[in-house]
Amino acid sequence: MESLLHRYRNITVLFVAIIAQLAAVAYQVRRDNDVPLLRIWAVSAVTPVASAIENLRSGTFGVFTDFFSAHGSRDQSRALRTDRDRLKLENQLLKNELAEAQQAGTLAGFKAHSPSKMIGARVIGTTTGMNSRSILIDSGYFAGVRKGMAVVTPDGILGKVLEVYPSASQVLSVTDAGFAAAVESQKNHTRGVLKGMGSSSAKVDYVPDGQKVEKGETFFTSGDDRIFPRGMPVGKVTSVEGGAAFQTIYVEPFGAEAAPEEVFVIVDPVHQEIPDAAPADAPVFMGPDTKGAEGASGSATQGKGTQADQIVEQYRKIGAAQNHVYGEGTPGSTAPNFNLKVPGASAVAAGASGAVGVSGFVRRTPRLLGASGMTGAHSAISGAARGASGGVSKP
Amino acid sequence: MGSSSGRILVDDARQVRRVRYPIWVFFVVPLTALLIQIYLPLFQTLRFVAKIDLPLLVTIYFALMSRSQIRGLTIGLMLGLAQDSFSRFYIGMYGMCKTMVGYFAASVGMQFDVEHSFVRVMLCLVFYIFHQFLYWVLQRAVLDQAVVFDLPGEAILAVVNSLIGAALFHFLDKLRIRE
Repeated sequence: MESLLHRYRNITVLFVAIIAQLAAVAYQVRRDNDVPLLRIWAVSAVTPVASAIENLRSGTFGVFTDFFSAHGSRDQSRALRTDRDRLKLENQLLKNELAEAQQAGTLAGFKAHSPSKMIGARVIGTTTGMNSRSILIDSGYFAGVRKGMAVVTPDGILGKVLEVYPSASQVLSVTDAGFAAAVESQKNHTRGVLKGMGSSSAKVDYVPDGQKVEKGETFFTSGDDRIFPRGMPVGKVTSVEGGAAFQTIYVEPFGAEAAPEEVFVIVDPVHQEIPDAAPADAPVFMGPDTKGAEGASGSATQGKGTQADQIVEQYRKIGAAQNHVYGEGTPGSTAPNFNLKVPGASAVAAGASGAVGVSGFVRRTPRLLGASGMTGAHSAISGAARGASGGVSKP
Repeated sequence: MGSSSGRILVDDARQVRRVRYPIWVFFVVPLTALLIQIYLPLFQTLRFVAKIDLPLLVTIYFALMSRSQIRGLTIGLMLGLAQDSFSRFYIGMYGMCKTMVGYFAASVGMQFDVEHSFVRVMLCLVFYIFHQFLYWVLQRAVLDQAVVFDLPGEAILAVVNSLIGAALFHFLDKLRIRE
């Protein structure tokens, strides 16, 4: 007997190892993938290493950037001039957008709700697996993240929290084959279910053949899934094909287009309206810049950040002059007078400010970004979100 | 590779020598492989790294060179479970696949001259396909998931992985203890 065991020792060990793992899988299936200790230990062990590598990379990259920028000041100057021109263009678009928002009367919709509360997090890794599209972020249970919370970027939705660990969380990406979210088209308000495909694109299912969806149309979250608040941009339709009962609609998700470094976890979702106008590729009339605006933007450029940042600063000055704290006050309370003449606050900003006045800037994300896709707008929004309360968007 | 005799099959399995490595290699190399797989794909230009199964290549290498089935399956088991911990799937799926790969790679390592580059490339190719096929079977049979096995795509990835594996093996050869 002993010799028999010795003879088949290797195959016995293999058999035991396979059976044990099979039992472990069966146990997890039965308990609906409850997080085992092994997963927590592994993620907790690697999270500090991944964070350290990310910090090292950022630091090293910064040193090299400084070195090359010192040696390439001429190129940098040229690049800065190009950037300045580009930012002027972007700022002009932004002004138009803000004015348009005011005219459309979207203020009432925005004022009626408070902005979603968010936690800022940094992406520290991807997760392994075939056709798996998920990422690791450096905020976990202790930071207030819970399973099922929505994860967004300034561009649009990115995914939802799949697992929560003490200091990290696993986020299921919008392009993962297991992802699903309730969505609604912008123009025709056609509802469907967004599903990841394991590739860079996603599709919208369960849209009956009769319902109209156009190529290039933008989908937003409908809020029906009770994960993503209504009105978050999802993606643009790349193709629409008719089927036997349902249409086949492919969407390119905004949030998954670029590899994000920072994301936001929505801890207190607040629904918002889906903007009526097409936010992307909308032809925006651009008239010649006025001298006053030129002067304002010129002085703003000498300050800090983009003109969007300057507008944010001007709002703050107007608010401070009236002892108003943004983010406070209940819906329906008296808004500050944005037409008040305050030194350093231009008329353009004051006029446009009504669109975003009381409730901060995060809620404007879909419209602002959809309309322009601008880095200036990103900076204003994420800057306001982070600066106000350390990563929490509510000022 | 330098010590390869040019023959693919060994005459007597008892004559093959077990290669030895410093202890730290067994910790650092698998951890590095895992970190590379979870960190590098974050960058837009390095997303292809996610398609390279470095933990599998490391498993194959150590199993082939250890020429011990117990060691091979242990390495595969550990790396597979670690990989499972970072995946969003059930723990044990990669573990089972890599345990099998480790066991069979070690068995093959006793029959072939695994110092030979051609043998290494072919073994990586075969074991990659075997690993992916086994995972697909488990997904369908155990988890009842309707997934499709993309043979042409997997074949291309197998070729890419086996070529990278050959280069990786060459690098890992330099870490062995010289006798």
